[in-house]
Amino acid sequence: MPDALTLPTRRDEDYRYADLGALAAVWPLAPETIVVPAGESRRMTVVQTGDAPQVRDLAIDLGEGATFTLHVLTVGAASARIAVTVRLAATAAFHLGAAQLAGAGATAEIVTRVVHAAPNAVSRQVVRSVAAAGGTVNYLGKVLVEKGADGTDGEQSVRAMLLDRTATANARPELEIHADDVKCAHGCAVGELDAQALFYMAQRGLPPELAKRLMLQAFVAEALVGAEDEEALQDQARAALEALL
Amino acid sequence: MMLIIDNLHATVADKPILKGLSLTINAGEVHAIMGPNGAGKSTLGYTLGGRPGYEVTGGTATFDGEDLFALEPHERAAAGLFLGFQYPVEIPGVSFVQFLRESLNAQRKSRGEEPLSGGEFLKLAREKAALLKLDMDMLKRPVNVGFSGGEKKRAEMVQMGILDPKLAILDETDSGLDIDALRIVGDGINAVMRRPDKAVLLITHYQRLLDYVKPDFVHVLAGGRIVRTGGAELALELEERGYEAVAA
Ligand SMILES: Nc1ncnc2c1ncn2[C@@H]1O[C@H](COP(=O)(O)OP(=O)(O)O)[C@@H](O)[C@H]1O
Ligand SMILES: [Mg+2]
Repeated sequence: MPDALTLPTRRDEDYRYADLGALAAVWPLAPETIVVPAGESRRMTVVQTGDAPQVRDLAIDLGEGATFTLHVLTVGAASARIAVTVRLAATAAFHLGAAQLAGAGATAEIVTRVVHAAPNAVSRQVVRSVAAAGGTVNYLGKVLVEKGADGTDGEQSVRAMLLDRTATANARPELEIHADDVKCAHGCAVGELDAQALFYMAQRGLPPELAKRLMLQAFVAEALVGAEDEEALQDQARAALEALL
Repeated sequence: MMLIIDNLHATVADKPILKGLSLTINAGEVHAIMGPNGAGKSTLGYTLGGRPGYEVTGGTATFDGEDLFALEPHERAAAGLFLGFQYPVEIPGVSFVQFLRESLNAQRKSRGEEPLSGGEFLKLAREKAALLKLDMDMLKRPVNVGFSGGEKKRAEMVQMGILDPKLAILDETDSGLDIDALRIVGDGINAVMRRPDKAVLLITHYQRLLDYVKPDFVHVLAGGRIVRTGGAELALELEERGYEAVAA
Protein backbone atom coordinates (compact mmCIF):
# COMPACT_ATOMS: atom_id res chain seq x y z
CA MET A 1 0.00 0.00 0.00
CA PRO A 2 1.26 3.51 -0.77
CA ASP A 3 1.57 5.83 2.18
CA ALA A 4 -1.45 7.97 2.88
CA LEU A 5 0.13 11.21 1.69
CA THR A 6 1.22 10.26 -1.81
CA LEU A 7 -1.48 10.10 -4.45
CA PRO A 8 -1.48 6.59 -5.89
CA THR A 9 -1.03 5.83 -9.56
CA ARG A 10 -2.57 3.22 -11.86
CA ARG A 11 0.43 1.03 -11.15
CA ASP A 12 -0.91 0.44 -7.64
CA GLU A 13 -3.00 -2.71 -7.95
CA ASP A 14 -5.74 -1.33 -5.72
CA TYR A 15 -6.07 1.80 -7.85
CA ARG A 16 -5.88 0.46 -11.35
CA TYR A 17 -9.52 1.20 -12.10
CA ALA A 18 -9.87 4.21 -9.79
CA ASP A 19 -10.96 7.69 -10.79
CA LEU A 20 -7.63 9.30 -9.87
CA GLY A 21 -8.75 12.76 -10.93
CA ALA A 22 -11.51 12.65 -8.35
CA LEU A 23 -9.19 11.20 -5.73
CA ALA A 24 -6.68 14.04 -6.19
CA ALA A 25 -9.34 16.51 -5.07
CA VAL A 26 -9.78 14.84 -1.68
CA TRP A 27 -6.26 13.58 -1.06
CA PRO A 28 -4.64 12.96 1.40
CA LEU A 29 -7.00 10.54 3.08
CA ALA A 30 -7.63 10.30 6.75
CA PRO A 31 -7.81 6.57 7.50
CA GLU A 32 -10.35 5.67 10.17
CA THR A 33 -9.55 2.96 12.66
CA ILE A 34 -12.30 0.95 14.32
CA VAL A 35 -11.58 -1.54 17.06
CA VAL A 36 -14.29 -3.90 18.21
CA PRO A 37 -13.30 -5.59 21.49
CA ALA A 38 -13.75 -9.32 22.00
CA GLY A 39 -17.36 -10.43 22.11
CA GLU A 40 -18.82 -7.07 21.10
CA SER A 41 -20.92 -6.11 18.07
CA ARG A 42 -21.01 -3.00 15.93
CA ARG A 43 -23.00 -1.90 12.95
CA MET A 44 -22.14 0.90 10.59
CA THR A 45 -23.70 2.38 7.49
CA VAL A 46 -21.79 4.51 5.03
CA VAL A 47 -23.76 6.48 2.46
CA GLN A 48 -21.70 8.10 -0.25
CA THR A 49 -23.75 10.69 -2.03
CA GLY A 50 -23.67 14.20 -3.41
CA ASP A 51 -21.85 16.04 -6.17
CA ALA A 52 -18.36 16.01 -4.66
CA PRO A 53 -16.04 12.99 -4.71
CA GLN A 54 -16.29 10.78 -1.62
CA VAL A 55 -13.49 8.70 -0.26
CA ARG A 56 -13.35 6.58 2.89
CA ASP A 57 -10.63 4.37 4.21
CA LEU A 58 -11.58 2.05 7.09
CA ALA A 59 -9.33 -0.22 9.11
CA ILE A 60 -11.40 -2.55 11.27
CA ASP A 61 -9.93 -4.76 13.93
CA LEU A 62 -12.21 -7.46 15.31
CA GLY A 63 -11.39 -9.13 18.63
CA GLU A 64 -12.26 -12.71 19.43
CA GLY A 65 -15.94 -13.37 18.77
CA ALA A 66 -16.55 -9.75 17.79
CA THR A 67 -18.93 -8.95 14.94
CA PHE A 68 -19.04 -6.04 12.56
CA THR A 69 -21.77 -5.34 10.02
CA LEU A 70 -21.01 -2.72 7.41
CA HIS A 71 -23.47 -1.45 4.83
CA VAL A 72 -22.43 0.85 2.04
CA LEU A 73 -24.68 2.73 -0.34
CA THR A 74 -22.98 4.68 -3.08
CA VAL A 75 -25.37 6.78 -5.13
CA GLY A 76 -23.74 10.10 -5.84
CA ALA A 77 -23.28 11.89 -9.13
CA ALA A 78 -19.54 12.01 -8.41
CA SER A 79 -16.93 9.30 -8.04
CA ALA A 80 -16.74 7.50 -4.74
CA ARG A 81 -14.36 5.03 -3.22
CA ILE A 82 -14.36 3.04 -0.03
CA ALA A 83 -11.44 0.91 1.07
CA VAL A 84 -11.99 -1.49 3.95
CA THR A 85 -9.32 -3.52 5.66
CA VAL A 86 -10.63 -5.99 8.22
CA ARG A 87 -8.66 -8.20 10.55
CA LEU A 88 -10.58 -11.01 12.23
CA ALA A 89 -9.54 -12.78 15.41
CA ALA A 90 -10.88 -16.26 16.23
CA THR A 91 -14.66 -16.73 15.67
CA ALA A 92 -15.12 -13.08 14.73
CA ALA A 93 -17.64 -12.24 12.01
CA PHE A 94 -17.62 -9.55 9.37
CA HIS A 95 -20.50 -8.78 7.05
CA LEU A 96 -20.36 -6.30 4.20
CA GLY A 97 -23.43 -5.43 2.18
CA ALA A 98 -22.73 -2.85 -0.48
CA ALA A 99 -24.86 -1.32 -3.19
CA GLN A 100 -23.22 0.87 -5.78
CA LEU A 101 -25.06 2.91 -8.39
CA ALA A 102 -22.94 4.75 -10.91
CA GLY A 103 -24.24 7.21 -13.46
CA ALA A 104 -22.49 8.95 -16.32
CA GLY A 105 -18.93 9.97 -15.52
CA ALA A 106 -18.94 8.44 -12.05
CA THR A 107 -16.74 5.64 -10.78
CA ALA A 108 -18.00 3.82 -7.71
CA GLU A 109 -15.32 1.65 -6.18
CA ILE A 110 -15.06 -0.76 -3.28
CA VAL A 111 -11.75 -2.22 -2.25
CA THR A 112 -11.68 -4.79 0.52
CA ARG A 113 -8.96 -6.72 2.22
CA VAL A 114 -10.32 -9.24 4.70
CA VAL A 115 -7.70 -10.97 6.79
CA HIS A 116 -8.66 -14.11 8.66
CA ALA A 117 -5.88 -14.16 11.24
CA ALA A 118 -7.21 -16.89 13.55
CA PRO A 119 -9.49 -19.97 13.38
CA ASN A 120 -13.22 -20.17 12.74
CA ALA A 121 -13.94 -16.61 11.75
CA VAL A 122 -16.63 -15.81 9.19
CA SER A 123 -16.71 -13.12 6.53
CA ARG A 124 -19.48 -12.40 4.06
CA GLN A 125 -19.37 -9.81 1.33
CA VAL A 126 -22.41 -9.08 -0.78
CA VAL A 127 -21.85 -6.43 -3.43
CA ARG A 128 -24.53 -5.41 -5.91
CA SER A 129 -23.65 -2.78 -8.48
CA VAL A 130 -25.52 -1.02 -11.23
CA ALA A 131 -23.77 1.08 -13.86
CA ALA A 132 -25.71 3.30 -16.23
CA ALA A 133 -24.39 4.73 -19.51
CA GLY A 134 -20.91 6.14 -18.98
CA GLY A 135 -20.70 4.88 -15.40
CA THR A 136 -18.13 2.53 -13.86
CA VAL A 137 -18.42 0.19 -10.89
CA ASN A 138 -15.41 -1.53 -9.37
CA TYR A 139 -14.91 -4.23 -6.78
CA LEU A 140 -11.46 -5.34 -5.79
CA GLY A 141 -11.67 -7.73 -2.91
CA LYS A 142 -9.12 -9.97 -1.32
CA VAL A 143 -9.74 -12.60 1.32
CA LEU A 144 -6.52 -13.62 2.98
CA VAL A 145 -6.58 -16.69 5.22
CA GLU A 146 -3.42 -16.70 7.32
CA LYS A 147 -1.54 -19.72 8.53
CA GLY A 148 -3.40 -21.30 11.43
CA ALA A 149 -6.74 -19.70 10.59
CA ASP A 150 -8.31 -23.14 10.16
CA GLY A 151 -12.06 -23.43 9.82
CA THR A 152 -12.34 -20.09 8.07
CA ASP A 153 -15.60 -19.40 6.26
CA GLY A 154 -15.27 -16.59 3.76
CA GLU A 155 -17.69 -15.65 1.02
CA GLN A 156 -17.67 -13.02 -1.69
CA SER A 157 -20.82 -12.59 -3.74
CA VAL A 158 -20.30 -9.91 -6.33
CA ARG A 159 -22.74 -9.06 -9.10
CA ALA A 160 -22.99 -6.14 -11.44
CA MET A 161 -25.65 -5.04 -13.91
CA LEU A 162 -24.81 -2.90 -16.88
CA LEU A 163 -27.67 -0.76 -18.17
CA ASP A 164 -25.91 0.30 -21.33
CA ARG A 165 -23.08 -0.75 -23.60
CA THR A 166 -21.07 2.22 -22.41
CA ALA A 167 -21.27 1.13 -18.77
CA THR A 168 -18.29 -0.65 -17.21
CA ALA A 169 -17.86 -3.11 -14.37
CA ASN A 170 -14.54 -4.34 -13.05
CA ALA A 171 -14.64 -7.14 -10.53
CA ARG A 172 -11.64 -8.85 -9.05
CA PRO A 173 -12.37 -11.18 -6.16
CA GLU A 174 -9.23 -12.87 -4.84
CA LEU A 175 -8.50 -15.63 -2.39
CA GLU A 176 -5.24 -16.41 -0.71
CA ILE A 177 -5.32 -19.40 1.61
CA HIS A 178 -2.58 -20.60 3.96
CA ALA A 179 -4.70 -22.68 6.34
CA ASP A 180 -6.66 -25.94 6.40
CA ASP A 181 -10.33 -26.83 6.39
CA VAL A 182 -11.24 -23.52 4.83
CA LYS A 183 -14.60 -22.85 3.19
CA CYS A 184 -14.30 -19.98 0.78
CA ALA A 185 -16.70 -19.22 -2.01
CA HIS A 186 -16.57 -16.48 -4.49
CA GLY A 187 -19.12 -15.79 -7.12
CA CYS A 188 -18.77 -12.96 -9.50
CA ALA A 189 -21.04 -12.11 -12.38
CA VAL A 190 -21.50 -9.19 -14.69
CA GLY A 191 -24.69 -9.42 -16.58
CA GLU A 192 -28.01 -8.29 -17.78
CA LEU A 193 -31.45 -8.87 -16.35
CA ASP A 194 -32.98 -12.33 -16.69
CA ALA A 195 -34.78 -12.36 -20.07
CA GLN A 196 -37.17 -15.12 -18.95
CA ALA A 197 -38.27 -13.09 -15.96
CA LEU A 198 -38.73 -10.01 -18.12
CA PHE A 199 -40.99 -11.94 -20.51
CA TYR A 200 -42.94 -13.45 -17.63
CA MET A 201 -43.55 -9.98 -16.22
CA ALA A 202 -44.46 -8.56 -19.63
CA GLN A 203 -46.96 -11.39 -20.08
CA ARG A 204 -48.73 -10.20 -16.93
CA GLY A 205 -48.96 -6.71 -18.40
CA LEU A 206 -45.91 -5.00 -16.98
CA PRO A 207 -44.23 -2.70 -19.53
CA PRO A 208 -40.49 -3.40 -19.95
CA GLU A 209 -39.28 -0.27 -18.19
CA LEU A 210 -41.38 -1.06 -15.11
CA ALA A 211 -40.29 -4.70 -15.13
CA LYS A 212 -36.64 -3.70 -15.31
CA ARG A 213 -37.08 -1.23 -12.50
CA LEU A 214 -38.69 -3.85 -10.24
CA MET A 215 -35.92 -6.34 -10.93
CA LEU A 216 -33.15 -3.82 -10.38
CA GLN A 217 -34.75 -2.67 -7.14
CA ALA A 218 -34.71 -6.25 -5.90
CA PHE A 219 -31.13 -6.70 -7.08
CA VAL A 220 -29.91 -3.65 -5.17
CA ALA A 221 -32.08 -4.29 -2.11
CA GLU A 222 -30.41 -7.64 -1.49
CA ALA A 223 -27.17 -5.90 -0.52
CA LEU A 224 -28.85 -3.71 2.08
CA VAL A 225 -30.82 -6.35 3.96
CA GLY A 226 -30.22 -6.15 7.70
CA ALA A 227 -28.82 -2.62 7.69
CA GLU A 228 -29.46 -0.31 10.59
CA ASP A 229 -32.48 1.81 9.69
CA GLU A 230 -32.91 -0.46 6.67
CA GLU A 231 -36.17 1.00 5.45
CA ALA A 232 -34.80 4.52 5.05
CA LEU A 233 -31.68 3.17 3.36
CA GLN A 234 -33.73 1.05 0.95
CA ASP A 235 -35.88 4.09 0.13
CA GLN A 236 -32.79 6.11 -0.61
CA ALA A 237 -31.43 3.33 -2.85
CA ARG A 238 -34.76 3.07 -4.69
CA ALA A 239 -34.90 6.81 -5.29
CA ALA A 240 -31.33 6.84 -6.56
CA LEU A 241 -32.04 3.92 -8.86
CA GLU A 242 -35.06 5.68 -10.29
CA ALA A 243 -32.93 8.72 -11.01
CA LEU A 244 -30.41 6.49 -12.77
CA LEU A 245 -32.95 4.82 -15.09
CA MET B 1 -64.68 -14.33 -32.81
CA MET B 2 -62.10 -13.93 -30.13
CA LEU B 3 -59.00 -15.48 -31.67
CA ILE B 4 -58.38 -16.42 -35.28
CA ILE B 5 -55.07 -18.06 -36.05
CA ASP B 6 -54.56 -18.48 -39.74
CA ASN B 7 -51.79 -20.54 -41.30
CA LEU B 8 -49.29 -19.68 -38.58
CA HIS B 9 -45.65 -20.47 -39.18
CA ALA B 10 -43.10 -19.87 -36.42
CA THR B 11 -39.47 -20.67 -35.78
CA VAL B 12 -37.45 -21.06 -32.62
CA ALA B 13 -33.72 -20.54 -33.01
CA ASP B 14 -34.25 -20.63 -36.79
CA LYS B 15 -35.88 -24.05 -36.52
CA PRO B 16 -39.40 -24.22 -38.02
CA ILE B 17 -41.77 -25.48 -35.30
CA LEU B 18 -45.24 -24.28 -36.27
CA LYS B 19 -45.95 -25.12 -39.88
CA GLY B 20 -49.30 -23.79 -40.95
CA LEU B 21 -51.42 -23.89 -37.81
CA SER B 22 -54.98 -22.62 -38.03
CA LEU B 23 -57.43 -22.36 -35.16
CA THR B 24 -60.47 -20.24 -34.36
CA ILE B 25 -61.76 -19.69 -30.85
CA ASN B 26 -65.05 -18.00 -30.09
CA ALA B 27 -66.09 -16.30 -26.88
CA GLY B 28 -67.69 -18.75 -24.47
CA GLU B 29 -65.69 -21.73 -25.73
CA VAL B 30 -63.15 -23.99 -24.10
CA HIS B 31 -60.63 -25.59 -26.45
CA ALA B 32 -58.06 -28.21 -25.61
CA ILE B 33 -54.88 -28.85 -27.55
CA MET B 34 -53.27 -32.21 -27.04
CA GLY B 35 -50.24 -33.70 -28.65
CA PRO B 36 -47.01 -35.57 -28.10
CA ASN B 37 -43.94 -34.04 -26.46
CA GLY B 38 -42.15 -31.68 -28.79
CA ALA B 39 -45.18 -31.18 -31.02
CA GLY B 40 -45.01 -27.41 -30.60
CA LYS B 41 -47.73 -26.83 -27.98
CA SER B 42 -45.65 -24.56 -25.78
CA THR B 43 -44.27 -22.86 -28.87
CA LEU B 44 -47.83 -21.94 -29.85
CA GLY B 45 -48.44 -20.35 -26.44
CA TYR B 46 -45.13 -18.48 -26.42
CA THR B 47 -45.59 -17.27 -29.99
CA LEU B 48 -49.04 -15.91 -29.19
CA GLY B 49 -47.65 -14.34 -26.02
CA GLY B 50 -44.78 -12.74 -27.94
CA ARG B 51 -41.82 -14.34 -26.24
CA PRO B 52 -38.50 -13.05 -27.65
CA GLY B 53 -36.85 -15.70 -29.81
CA TYR B 54 -40.15 -17.09 -31.09
CA GLU B 55 -40.36 -15.67 -34.54
CA VAL B 56 -43.49 -15.52 -36.69
CA THR B 57 -42.46 -16.32 -40.23
CA GLY B 58 -45.92 -16.54 -41.77
CA GLY B 59 -49.64 -16.35 -41.12
CA THR B 60 -51.73 -14.13 -38.88
CA ALA B 61 -53.38 -14.05 -35.49
CA THR B 62 -56.33 -11.76 -34.87
CA PHE B 63 -57.33 -11.22 -31.27
CA ASP B 64 -60.59 -9.38 -30.65
CA GLY B 65 -60.30 -7.85 -34.11
CA GLU B 66 -56.72 -6.67 -33.56
CA ASP B 67 -53.52 -7.89 -35.20
CA LEU B 68 -51.99 -9.72 -32.25
CA PHE B 69 -48.48 -9.80 -33.67
CA ALA B 70 -48.40 -6.00 -33.99
CA LEU B 71 -48.59 -5.73 -30.19
CA GLU B 72 -45.78 -5.93 -27.64
CA PRO B 73 -46.08 -8.74 -25.06
CA HIS B 74 -47.36 -6.39 -22.32
CA GLU B 75 -49.86 -4.90 -24.75
CA ARG B 76 -51.17 -8.37 -25.58
CA ALA B 77 -51.68 -8.91 -21.85
CA ALA B 78 -53.52 -5.61 -21.52
CA ALA B 79 -55.68 -6.61 -24.49
CA GLY B 80 -56.80 -9.60 -22.41
CA LEU B 81 -54.42 -12.44 -23.29
CA PHE B 82 -53.16 -14.52 -20.38
CA LEU B 83 -50.57 -17.25 -20.72
CA GLY B 84 -50.31 -19.76 -17.89
CA PHE B 85 -46.71 -20.98 -18.02
CA GLN B 86 -45.73 -24.64 -18.14
CA TYR B 87 -42.71 -23.62 -16.06
CA PRO B 88 -43.52 -20.46 -14.09
CA VAL B 89 -40.46 -18.23 -13.67
CA GLU B 90 -38.91 -17.40 -10.29
CA ILE B 91 -38.13 -13.76 -9.62
CA PRO B 92 -36.02 -13.36 -6.47
CA GLY B 93 -36.63 -10.25 -4.40
CA VAL B 94 -39.86 -9.19 -6.12
CA SER B 95 -43.01 -10.02 -4.19
CA PHE B 96 -46.10 -11.37 -5.92
CA VAL B 97 -48.19 -8.63 -4.35
CA GLN B 98 -46.02 -5.82 -5.68
CA PHE B 99 -45.53 -7.44 -9.07
CA LEU B 100 -49.21 -8.21 -9.61
CA ARG B 101 -50.45 -4.88 -8.38
CA GLU B 102 -48.11 -3.04 -10.73
CA SER B 103 -49.03 -5.40 -13.57
CA LEU B 104 -52.77 -5.01 -13.03
CA ASN B 105 -52.51 -1.25 -12.71
CA ALA B 106 -50.37 -1.04 -15.85
CA GLN B 107 -53.07 -3.01 -17.70
CA ARG B 108 -55.80 -0.80 -16.27
CA LYS B 109 -53.92 2.36 -17.18
CA SER B 110 -53.53 1.27 -20.79
CA ARG B 111 -57.29 0.64 -20.90
CA GLY B 112 -57.99 4.07 -19.44
CA GLU B 113 -59.17 2.69 -16.08
CA GLU B 114 -58.30 4.02 -12.63
CA PRO B 115 -55.55 2.17 -10.72
CA LEU B 116 -56.53 0.03 -7.74
CA SER B 117 -55.38 1.29 -4.35
CA GLY B 118 -53.24 -0.96 -2.16
CA GLY B 119 -56.27 -1.89 -0.08
CA GLU B 120 -58.49 -2.63 -3.07
CA PHE B 121 -55.79 -4.76 -4.63
CA LEU B 122 -55.21 -6.80 -1.47
CA LYS B 123 -58.93 -7.47 -1.16
CA LEU B 124 -59.01 -8.76 -4.74
CA ALA B 125 -55.86 -10.83 -4.27
CA ARG B 126 -57.21 -12.36 -1.05
CA GLU B 127 -60.45 -13.32 -2.78
CA LYS B 128 -58.66 -15.04 -5.68
CA ALA B 129 -56.13 -16.76 -3.42
CA ALA B 130 -59.03 -18.16 -1.37
CA LEU B 131 -60.66 -19.43 -4.56
CA LEU B 132 -57.52 -21.42 -5.39
CA LYS B 133 -56.95 -22.34 -1.73
CA LEU B 134 -53.53 -20.70 -1.78
CA ASP B 135 -52.38 -19.14 1.48
CA MET B 136 -52.41 -15.35 1.08
CA ASP B 137 -49.04 -15.22 2.85
CA MET B 138 -47.51 -16.95 -0.16
CA LEU B 139 -48.35 -13.94 -2.27
CA LYS B 140 -46.21 -11.80 0.00
CA ARG B 141 -43.20 -13.91 -0.92
CA PRO B 142 -40.93 -13.42 -3.95
CA VAL B 143 -42.53 -14.56 -7.19
CA ASN B 144 -42.52 -18.38 -7.36
CA VAL B 145 -39.31 -18.64 -5.30
CA GLY B 146 -39.35 -21.78 -3.18
CA PHE B 147 -42.82 -22.77 -4.41
CA SER B 148 -43.47 -26.43 -5.14
CA GLY B 149 -44.52 -27.38 -8.68
CA GLY B 150 -48.17 -27.55 -7.64
CA GLU B 151 -48.02 -24.25 -5.76
CA LYS B 152 -46.58 -22.55 -8.81
CA LYS B 153 -49.47 -23.80 -10.92
CA ARG B 154 -52.03 -22.65 -8.38
CA ALA B 155 -50.27 -19.29 -8.18
CA GLU B 156 -50.61 -19.03 -11.97
CA MET B 157 -54.36 -19.47 -11.57
CA VAL B 158 -54.51 -16.88 -8.79
CA GLN B 159 -52.79 -14.47 -11.15
CA MET B 160 -55.31 -15.31 -13.85
CA GLY B 161 -58.10 -14.58 -11.38
CA ILE B 162 -56.61 -11.23 -10.45
CA LEU B 163 -55.87 -10.12 -14.00
CA ASP B 164 -59.25 -11.34 -15.29
CA PRO B 165 -58.26 -11.96 -18.94
CA LYS B 166 -60.54 -12.55 -21.92
CA LEU B 167 -58.54 -15.48 -23.22
CA ALA B 168 -56.43 -17.79 -21.08
CA ILE B 169 -53.93 -20.12 -22.73
CA LEU B 170 -53.00 -22.60 -20.03
CA ASP B 171 -49.88 -24.60 -20.80
CA GLU B 172 -49.88 -27.90 -18.90
CA THR B 173 -51.41 -26.26 -15.87
CA ASP B 174 -52.38 -29.78 -14.75
CA SER B 175 -48.86 -31.19 -14.62
CA GLY B 176 -47.39 -31.47 -11.15
CA LEU B 177 -50.79 -31.40 -9.47
CA ASP B 178 -52.09 -34.10 -7.18
CA ILE B 179 -55.71 -35.11 -7.50
CA ASP B 180 -57.02 -32.61 -4.92
CA ALA B 181 -55.06 -29.74 -6.41
CA LEU B 182 -56.29 -30.73 -9.86
CA ARG B 183 -59.90 -30.35 -8.72
CA ILE B 184 -59.16 -27.00 -7.07
CA VAL B 185 -57.45 -25.73 -10.21
CA GLY B 186 -60.24 -27.06 -12.44
CA ASP B 187 -62.87 -25.37 -10.29
CA GLY B 188 -60.78 -22.19 -10.35
CA ILE B 189 -60.59 -22.18 -14.15
CA ASN B 190 -64.34 -22.68 -14.38
CA ALA B 191 -65.07 -19.96 -11.82
CA VAL B 192 -62.85 -17.36 -13.49
CA MET B 193 -63.16 -18.21 -17.18
CA ARG B 194 -66.44 -20.05 -17.83
CA ARG B 195 -68.30 -16.99 -19.03
CA PRO B 196 -69.96 -16.04 -22.28
CA ASP B 197 -67.40 -13.28 -22.91
CA LYS B 198 -64.30 -15.36 -22.18
CA ALA B 199 -62.48 -18.30 -23.69
CA VAL B 200 -59.88 -20.87 -22.68
CA LEU B 201 -57.24 -22.78 -24.59
CA LEU B 202 -56.01 -25.70 -22.49
CA ILE B 203 -52.74 -27.27 -23.48
CA THR B 204 -52.49 -30.68 -21.90
CA HIS B 205 -51.13 -34.17 -22.19
CA TYR B 206 -53.82 -35.83 -20.21
CA GLN B 207 -57.53 -36.33 -20.17
CA ARG B 208 -57.74 -35.81 -16.42
CA LEU B 209 -57.99 -31.98 -16.34
CA LEU B 210 -60.68 -32.21 -19.00
CA ASP B 211 -62.86 -34.13 -16.52
CA TYR B 212 -63.10 -30.90 -14.56
CA VAL B 213 -62.97 -28.34 -17.35
CA LYS B 214 -65.12 -29.78 -20.13
CA PRO B 215 -63.81 -28.76 -23.54
CA ASP B 216 -66.10 -27.84 -26.42
CA PHE B 217 -63.37 -28.74 -28.89
CA VAL B 218 -60.30 -30.94 -28.74
CA HIS B 219 -57.48 -30.52 -31.23
CA VAL B 220 -54.52 -32.74 -31.90
CA LEU B 221 -51.28 -30.90 -32.60
CA ALA B 222 -48.57 -32.86 -34.36
CA GLY B 223 -45.72 -31.74 -36.58
CA GLY B 224 -46.56 -28.08 -36.01
CA ARG B 225 -50.15 -28.27 -37.27
CA ILE B 226 -53.60 -29.18 -36.07
CA VAL B 227 -54.09 -32.61 -37.57
CA ARG B 228 -57.48 -33.45 -36.10
CA THR B 229 -60.34 -31.68 -34.34
CA GLY B 230 -63.24 -33.20 -32.48
CA GLY B 231 -65.40 -32.88 -29.40
CA ALA B 232 -64.64 -33.92 -25.83
CA GLU B 233 -64.78 -37.57 -26.89
CA LEU B 234 -61.60 -37.11 -28.94
CA ALA B 235 -59.62 -36.69 -25.73
CA LEU B 236 -60.89 -40.04 -24.52
CA GLU B 237 -60.00 -41.64 -27.79
CA LEU B 238 -56.48 -40.19 -27.57
CA GLU B 239 -56.12 -41.51 -24.05
CA GLU B 240 -57.15 -44.98 -25.20
CA ARG B 241 -55.40 -45.28 -28.52
CA GLY B 242 -52.45 -42.89 -28.27
CA TYR B 243 -51.48 -39.94 -30.47
CA GLU B 244 -49.91 -41.98 -33.20
CA ALA B 245 -53.03 -43.92 -34.02
CA VAL B 246 -55.34 -40.91 -33.79
CA ALA B 247 -53.13 -38.40 -35.56
CA ALA B 248 -52.30 -40.72 -38.43
N1 LIG C 1 -35.49 -22.44 -27.04
C1 LIG C 1 -35.48 -23.43 -27.94
N2 LIG C 1 -34.41 -23.60 -28.76
C2 LIG C 1 -34.41 -24.59 -29.68
N3 LIG C 1 -35.42 -25.45 -29.87
C3 LIG C 1 -36.50 -25.33 -29.09
C4 LIG C 1 -36.60 -24.32 -28.08
N4 LIG C 1 -37.79 -24.42 -27.48
C5 LIG C 1 -38.41 -25.47 -28.08
N5 LIG C 1 -37.65 -26.01 -29.04
C6 LIG C 1 -38.00 -27.15 -29.89
O1 LIG C 1 -39.26 -26.89 -30.44
C7 LIG C 1 -40.01 -28.07 -30.53
C8 LIG C 1 -41.36 -27.88 -29.88
O2 LIG C 1 -41.18 -27.67 -28.49
P1 LIG C 1 -42.40 -27.31 -27.55
O3 LIG C 1 -43.21 -26.25 -28.17
O4 LIG C 1 -41.84 -27.04 -26.20
O5 LIG C 1 -43.21 -28.68 -27.55
P2 LIG C 1 -44.35 -29.21 -26.58
O6 LIG C 1 -44.77 -28.10 -25.68
O7 LIG C 1 -45.44 -29.63 -27.50
O8 LIG C 1 -43.80 -30.38 -25.85
C9 LIG C 1 -39.18 -29.17 -29.89
O9 LIG C 1 -38.57 -29.90 -30.93
C10 LIG C 1 -38.15 -28.42 -29.09
O10 LIG C 1 -36.97 -29.14 -29.04
MG1 LIG D 1 -44.70 -27.85 -23.61
